[in-house]
Amino acid sequence: MLEYAWIIPAIPVLSFVVILFFGKKMPKGGSEIGIFAVGTSFMLACITAVQWFQRVENASGKSGGAALSAFGKGLFARAGEGGVIVQPVVSTVRWFQMGGVTVSIGTRIDGLAVMMLFVVTLISLLVHIYSTAYLHDDVRFTYYYAALSLFTASMLTLVVASNTLQLLVGWELVGLCSFMLIGHWWEEQANTNAALKAFLTTRTGDVGLMIGVIITFFAANQSFDIGKVNASALAGLNGHTIWLVGASCLLIGIIGKSGQFPLHTWLPDAMAGPTPVSALIHAATMVVAGVYLGARVYGVFWQGFSIHSGGLNAMAIVGGITILIGAALAFVQDDIKKVLAYSTISQLGYMVMALGVGSWVGAVFHLFTHAFFKALLFLGAGSVAHSGSHHSFDMKKDMGGLRKYMPVTFITFMIGSIALAGIFPLAGFWSKDEILATAGQNGFELFTVVGLIGALMTAAYMTRCVYLTFFGEYRGHHHPKESPKAITIPLIVLAGFSVIAGFANASLFDIEKFKQYIEPTVAFPKNIFGVDFDIGLAALSVGIALTAIGIAAAFWIERKELKGLKGLTERSSVLKAGHTFLVNKYYLDYLYTDVIVGGIKGPIARASYWVNMNIIDGVINGVGKGATVIGRVVYRDIDQLVVDGAVNGIARETDQAGGLLRPLQSGRVQRYALMLFAAVGLIALALAIFG
Amino acid sequence: MILNQFLILAAILFCIGVYGVLARRNGVLVLMSVELMLNAVNINLIAFSAYLRSSAGDVFALFVITIAAAEVGVGLAIVLLIYRNLHSPDLDRVEQLKG
Amino acid sequence: MIIQNIFFWVLALAMVGAAIGVVRSQNVVHAALYLVVVMAGAAAQFILLGAEFVAWVQVIIYIGAVIILFLFGIMLTRAPMRGETSLDNDQRFPAAIVSLFLAGVLGTLLVQAFGKKEVVISGAKGEQLLHVGKAATLADSIFTTYVVPFEIVSLLLLAALVGAVVMARRD
Repeated sequence: MLEYAWIIPAIPVLSFVVILFFGKKMPKGGSEIGIFAVGTSFMLACITAVQWFQRVENASGKSGGAALSAFGKGLFARAGEGGVIVQPVVSTVRWFQMGGVTVSIGTRIDGLAVMMLFVVTLISLLVHIYSTAYLHDDVRFTYYYAALSLFTASMLTLVVASNTLQLLVGWELVGLCSFMLIGHWWEEQANTNAALKAFLTTRTGDVGLMIGVIITFFAANQSFDIGKVNASALAGLNGHTIWLVGASCLLIGIIGKSGQFPLHTWLPDAMAGPTPVSALIHAATMVVAGVYLGARVYGVFWQGFSIHSGGLNAMAIVGGITILIGAALAFVQDDIKKVLAYSTISQLGYMVMALGVGSWVGAVFHLFTHAFFKALLFLGAGSVAHSGSHHSFDMKKDMGGLRKYMPVTFITFMIGSIALAGIFPLAGFWSKDEILATAGQNGFELFTVVGLIGALMTAAYMTRCVYLTFFGEYRGHHHPKESPKAITIPLIVLAGFSVIAGFANASLFDIEKFKQYIEPTVAFPKNIFGVDFDIGLAALSVGIALTAIGIAAAFWIERKELKGLKGLTERSSVLKAGHTFLVNKYYLDYLYTDVIVGGIKGPIARASYWVNMNIIDGVINGVGKGATVIGRVVYRDIDQLVVDGAVNGIARETDQAGGLLRPLQSGRVQRYALMLFAAVGLIALALAIFG
Repeated sequence: MILNQFLILAAILFCIGVYGVLARRNGVLVLMSVELMLNAVNINLIAFSAYLRSSAGDVFALFVITIAAAEVGVGLAIVLLIYRNLHSPDLDRVEQLKG
Repeated sequence: MIIQNIFFWVLALAMVGAAIGVVRSQNVVHAALYLVVVMAGAAAQFILLGAEFVAWVQVIIYIGAVIILFLFGIMLTRAPMRGETSLDNDQRFPAAIVSLFLAGVLGTLLVQAFGKKEVVISGAKGEQLLHVGKAATLADSIFTTYVVPFEIVSLLLLAALVGAVVMARRD
């Protein structure tokens, strides 16, 4: 299966076509085809994963039975010390050839690809099932399933891509699908605008990606192949500067796609799409494409940003800023989906920061666990909206007290929240801790602190969100009930994964399966995955998270008693200013539309107005004044006597000539063509005679 | 064979096409006359390609054929539009630009 | 040589006759059929000149596709089949003068420019010609030297497609 991995994306392509043409005639509107296709892809992805595991184990077996734990501790980095490198399985066919460069298309299967195949197909399958209930009776049900299939196919193409060009194709395709699905209910202007905004903002980043792909192509001596690009980057081929430029351009692509500061503004608006879409595209898969790219061509970033040397670099800074601003914004949202969207931004910040501080495994592992619990949270929010609050996402108006009515949704949502907050022993704890520990040990202590602050904020805003949704009194005006099975079963499955996924790499218990199977197949000069478990740090982060939960719970639950804190934002001017600042999303949208666009538009308009008023008008007025004086003289003596006579005469003549020429302007094309050809003939004749 | 055999044949076809474009009233027939002109050009291109022993002429003849196909598509759409608005395919009814 | 010349002249006469038929016929469908004769004649001339591939493209695209499009156009615009109204407009006479004038200018120029220059299509040199018109040679040429025009043509076709659909649909 490792060589035939192209079948996995091929199946959803097929189902896309079938749904598009025959979906409407199917008894269930094409959803059964989509579920079957993605289910098959999921099975194949699992088989691929198992085969990859066997391949890794065979390779380590041959090297003299190196212990698995040793293997996990950065064996590849110390390949010279008796370890082995498990080569990825690359199978390609020629795509096109141009100017001596052959570009192939194919699959590159290694631990990273296998992990992504599993995540994408699993979550896509669950979303397919979930949507049968959530979008029941939707006007464009079949179209929705076709788009989901196309999205799955594009994402899988991106994941298995063997070269950067193919990756770019998948990247653009998922962007297109995201656009289609955000604007699924395009009848409302707001949704169309959100879709356009998402499309255009990510496109801004894509320009960077495209340039980055071209730069790395030349830097790697004209190759798009991912393996070659990585190897050339690590060898520092063609100098360090070109890799720095290439890495910076690729980083812009990541910023656009993965909602990093300052291009994150599209992601909250993208919540206009159906909730399952938000779970699949804007939490678990498409938005992590940027992180995936970072992990895929990590050599470029490693070399370009000199990550091995510690200190500061653009990638870590972008990630760090994003963690904090995303988390801060999540506090002031009333829309449950927007809270989750900002939370996603913040968590993506963790992944990008992890890449920036040299924690490759941390980033990929967090991607893995985050996919489960964030998809779970989104689907949970969808379940609440579907059956609890009558299609409203407003936590303050239409929710509250839902734990009594929707127990399954409540429990699974709680599990997701705890996992996100990073409480031992759920998934988020292990992955977040991996990042923080590596950051500290690689000499990026500042980012460990940023990460800890982020953890504090995460725990607090999730407490607020859970409280407003599930506790207190029901504030809506409907009859909340538990969601149907098609919705609750995916929730339960995801909750299960949110609990156990962390144990794939529970360093505390010496379980390092994730490292063993997933770690990159390119040797990095420094140990990027083998950090020791730091129990002090782990305890600290859990402690911080628990404290935050405690404080936040006290604040929101007991705020009747805490009168001193209540209405704090209204009374304290500093806090109020901060609150307003957050509600307005740091004025970034204002910056983009009014300041930048308006700023370019405004001064030019004002400058031309000034020129118009002062210079041109002055000249005209001056000329006018002079002309009036002369005019008076001229009028009396010359005009009335001489010119008038002449003008009237000319006018009469012109009128007559016009009358004569009028038939030429017949308005008939063929008349004009006749004259055209006659003229062309004459000109040719003239040129022949005189030329 | 001399080159001019082909070139003059093409010239004659071209001029017949010009006559058709100028003198036909029906839009479809005008388009047919345009095709005549394009065919004449193709004969020229191929003749020169054979004369110069270069395949450039052949390649451009292919481009001309491609573009001619596109032109017929758009041209017929225009004629259809004229027919729909004026209830006649006659081009001399189109005289809104009359001076 | 003689045989080719006879072949040429027969074809040329047929083509000119058919071309006059296209622009003079009072029946639209007949005009389309005359056009088929001209195009088939042109294809035969191409073969005579060794441009085998272009000849087949001519047959497939012109006779196969373009003529069908014309017949559709005739059908959709309900052009008069029998000469109830004239298919010509009122400028037949000036048009004839202009085209005769153009033919005169072109003919004179061609005779002056190329005189009796030979185009060799038979014998050993003729064999060489077959290589020039072969599909493989053309493909090499299109996908290397002319790859940019080729891509642009594909864009143009797309634009024409979209344009035709936008214009012709009812809304």
